[in-house]
Amino acid sequence: MHTPFGSIYGTNITPDPKTGIGVWSLKAFTRTMREGVARDGSHLFPAFPYYAFTKLSDGDVRALYAYLMTRPAVSNTVPGNTFPFPLNIRALQEGWKILFFRSGRYKADPSRGDEWNRGAYLAEGLSDCSGCHTPRNPLGAEEARRAYAGALVEGWIAPALTEANPSPIPWTQEDLFTYLRTGLSPLHGPTDTTMTQVIRNALALPVVPDSDIRAMALYFSEMNQAPPDTTNIKATTRRALATSYLGSGQEYDPDAELYASACMSCHYNAGPVPLPVRPELALNSSLTLSEPTNFIQVVLNGVGDTEGAPGLVMPAYGASLTNSEIAGLAAYLRRTRTSRPPWPDLEKKVVAIRQESAASH
Amino acid sequence: MTTFNLNGHTVSAGSPDDAPLLWVIRDELGLTGTKFGCGIGMCGACTVHIEGRATRSCITPVGAVAGANVTTIEGLDPDGRHPLQMAWLELQVPQCGYCQSGQIMQAATLLRDYPNPTDRDINAVMAGSVCRCMTYVRIRKAIKLAAERMAGANRS
Repeated sequence: MHTPFGSIYGTNITPDPKTGIGVWSLKAFTRTMREGVARDGSHLFPAFPYYAFTKLSDGDVRALYAYLMTRPAVSNTVPGNTFPFPLNIRALQEGWKILFFRSGRYKADPSRGDEWNRGAYLAEGLSDCSGCHTPRNPLGAEEARRAYAGALVEGWIAPALTEANPSPIPWTQEDLFTYLRTGLSPLHGPTDTTMTQVIRNALALPVVPDSDIRAMALYFSEMNQAPPDTTNIKATTRRALATSYLGSGQEYDPDAELYASACMSCHYNAGPVPLPVRPELALNSSLTLSEPTNFIQVVLNGVGDTEGAPGLVMPAYGASLTNSEIAGLAAYLRRTRTSRPPWPDLEKKVVAIRQESAASH
Repeated sequence: MTTFNLNGHTVSAGSPDDAPLLWVIRDELGLTGTKFGCGIGMCGACTVHIEGRATRSCITPVGAVAGANVTTIEGLDPDGRHPLQMAWLELQVPQCGYCQSGQIMQAATLLRDYPNPTDRDINAVMAGSVCRCMTYVRIRKAIKLAAERMAGANRS
């Protein structure tokens, strides 16, 4: 895992006695999960989300221990982390913990129902959704006051899950359930890269049942206490789809023409609702986020078969469009499909993301 | 090494992951019905179906279709008698013919999504498929004829 502080490698958690956790007692394992302290007493870096696992119930920690201890033992030592001095001194993590870590089990909120509390427990304790969706301070701790306000993760924006979420259509429990289960929400769009891994691996059937996904969907759909306002969904959808054909007639705007040539055959929707296999850009948060990051990433790299919604493939345009053409498309779509202010410095951002993208491939 | 399904058969491509699907289909696997027009996804001549969806194969790396179902013009219909292909013949749509397999593949997805397409739908979905011989008028007519026939077949 690449962090702003250097690279760190997940250690061997098979029951191998020498290179894994084979000699760890349940007590040692529990202390690691709850306090972030290894069997030998050294502090763990918060790349291991003990600050989330601390919320897990005794039963779940015991179950995890039992599961891990019954896997086949594999002898393997991973490389050490590449944190520079003095960040690599584990004892200094004590200070980090004093500042940022509060140990403790998840406490159910009695004013909320069982499903909500189940969703909260899973999101906060096990899935660690805030690990990507909450911004971090310069010392790498989540900013508790800005929980779920969105953050940059591996070159992509993990959008805000609060009221600040920029999707033109609010996320209902049903939308979130469909998205988390299938990787696609027709009124919002498909998932990509890191989030796809979460959906296809961490949250996948048969391990995670529908009821757990529904619970998490409920928790996030009511992030700001009230369920989302659904009264304007039809009108918003209609307004969005009214822009879908723009560019298909005779055009004098070269950005519109480029959109028609390169993109419209797949992204056009006739209405009244978008087809699930035709991701509607006017409803997609990549155009309404305050930064064009996600839009640029998708255009440069496309969406492969193992990403996004199963079966949907988008080609990569990085090799066929210039930086100024991608910037032009971004500006055109932002202007015609949203009512947000224009993105500044588009071409510079395309150049930067292209370089970063190339460096990490 | 990428394994995928091509026109109903499992195939394995030895080309590297970033090789354009177009070249894998034409050079490695020998199906030359799909054409190279521009190489940058702007003309539509290279259009194939990936999981039934029209996609530009010249800018799709073969690695992106691992395990997926890919259909070329050769596989659109086992006997070459898809309603679009029949309409194309009946109305003598092609002139030089170079863009036409891409046009037909794109039109097939159009009709799947919009079985009764308006002129606006046709303009939008076919916008990326260019024809240097300007057979657009006959393409449009043939799409509507095929749509009518497919609707009729569904009704009976």
